Amino acid sequence: MIRTTVGGRAMKVIESKGVPYRELNREIRRLVAAGEDRLLLRGVNGQRYIGAGLKGMARLEIEGTAGNNLGAMMNGLSIYVHGNVQDGAGNTMSGGEIVVRGSAGDITGYAMRGGKILIQGNAGWRVGIHMKSREDQPAVLVIGGKAGDFLGEYMAGGTIVVLGLDTPLHQERESANPLIGNYLASGMHGGTIYIRGRIPAWQIRGQVQTGLTTPEESPPLWNWIEQFAAGLHLDCSGLFREIFTCLMPQGARPYAHLYDHSA
Amino acid sequence: MVCGVEEMAERRADDHQSYEGKIRIPSGCAVAGFINKTGERVNGRTIAEMMALMKERSNGLGAGYAAYGIYPDYRRAYAFHLILADHQTREEVEAILARNFRITEGHEIPVRRTGRNKKAPLLWRYFCDPLRLDRDSALDELLLATTMRINRLAPRASVMSCGQNLGVFKGVGDPEEIAEFYRIDQYHGYSWIGHGRFPTNTPGWWGGAHPFSLGEIAVVHNGELSSYGTNKSVLENFGYELSLRTDTEVMAYAIHHLRRQNMSWPMVAKVLAPPHWAELERMAEPERELAAALRRIYGGLLMNGPFSIIVAFQGGLMALNDRLKLRALVAGTSGTGLYLASEEAAIRQVCPRVEEVWPLPGGEALICCAEEESACHVA
Repeated sequence: MIRTTVGGRAMKVIESKGVPYRELNREIRRLVAAGEDRLLLRGVNGQRYIGAGLKGMARLEIEGTAGNNLGAMMNGLSIYVHGNVQDGAGNTMSGGEIVVRGSAGDITGYAMRGGKILIQGNAGWRVGIHMKSREDQPAVLVIGGKAGDFLGEYMAGGTIVVLGLDTPLHQERESANPLIGNYLASGMHGGTIYIRGRIPAWQIRGQVQTGLTTPEESPPLWNWIEQFAAGLHLDCSGLFREIFTCLMPQGARPYAHLYDHSA
Repeated sequence: MVCGVEEMAERRADDHQSYEGKIRIPSGCAVAGFINKTGERVNGRTIAEMMALMKERSNGLGAGYAAYGIYPDYRRAYAFHLILADHQTREEVEAILARNFRITEGHEIPVRRTGRNKKAPLLWRYFCDPLRLDRDSALDELLLATTMRINRLAPRASVMSCGQNLGVFKGVGDPEEIAEFYRIDQYHGYSWIGHGRFPTNTPGWWGGAHPFSLGEIAVVHNGELSSYGTNKSVLENFGYELSLRTDTEVMAYAIHHLRRQNMSWPMVAKVLAPPHWAELERMAEPERELAAALRRIYGGLLMNGPFSIIVAFQGGLMALNDRLKLRALVAGTSGTGLYLASEEAAIRQVCPRVEEVWPLPGGEALICCAEEESACHVA
């Protein structure tokens, strides 16, 4: 087993190139169970379920493209990806964090209920679908770039933030917000979504109430942006006076009558 | 090596027994493709490697490949790739071909009959020239009618492909097995598409593996078409017979039909995955009118349900997701190559220095034509 030193700390290295996902995950589980607290996975390309179902405080660094369902159902690990992640990162995760230097695929944060996902680049379609939130460890998903259609679909709790760091916004009235696609917040009935800029009504699908705010006016938003900046070593101070649209469900049961005779 | 219908049916039952229910991998099909824009021909090993990386997405009940540019010495000939139950069926098929084509060469496709594939059906190819050729459209009709006539014999016989300089290689097995079986590394093409199947609604049999091909187009598809019945009833009015028991067949025929009307590729995509009516309302006038007309006229060829497809045609590739983007499809570029795959990792596997990778949005086609189309086209 090779050891390397990154940032003054020893890390165990797993050469992952061409290693089948079952084997790779068995090795990760074995090392984490043996008390290793820092692992570096080199040459990852598409292996799925990395870190899935794990608990504890270990830190996993990944070089390459992480496969589907990275960190699924995990509770407590800290995963840092120097690259992109494919579909379903953080699927049903309960706690811990996933930090991605690149972009993320579809259904990122699918049904997550706790912990943090920070994406420096873009995220795909149906991000944060079925997201919930624990009382003791709230779920949050921050996207540095843009997101696709159906962001926050059926969202029941937690927070989604879309920053659009490299996208200038000079929107005309009723023109599309370029940071998101269509059908925003379809079926949303809990949680909060913050999108930088204004959003025309036609881009929103759910029965939500919208309002405008800035990080300076909204301490939770400020806090999540700070955590995003710290997690990815970025300077986001230029965002604090920017206008964000805040979306929340209308009342406790926004779709109460959708399926009954009164609809 | 030679077997009858019962034996073929029995074999399919075997395949089900040994796979259905025993292997459960929660995943969808895999698609991949690439094109070299300068028309340079690439070894089939590359597509096989892309498919191998995504092996968890298929369950051994179907895989296949299609390539353009593999028969430079026969580039004017129509290459019929056939799946046949036995030599008697082969004779029947030859008689059907001989009605409208002169067979210049016919032989068994070279395969490695090992392991499970010892029991594979007869796989034969014929290079043919049309007997009577008046106009281009007449040739389209000829290929269509001949393919339909042969497919009527299914499951005893089915056409894998019949285009110029095009070949489909497919069967029951994992993508790696099928690549090995057909010795894909013996072929060089300027564009390749590949498929690993995870059948959900329809049987996994040799003729039901992807790609599906007719005339100049070949399609691989991940997803399921809930509009199959509607699409089928429309296509039947235009001489198409759906005999291969797999939903993707309608996709191939719908594209073939639209191309027969001289429709451009962007328009074909707008028929298969049209904008929603709500989007039409927000469009500016000339576009809105066109989009509305397409929906009115070709509504029956709208493909409903989740899909990501890659279409190979003479000189190019088209990739398209359903408009709600219910399946994954990623594109990447590197120099003169354009790569497409269900997973980004498959692109990086064969192209570690990929310049840019991006997901394809729902309903927006990516069309890539070779720059020197003449290099790819049959003169």
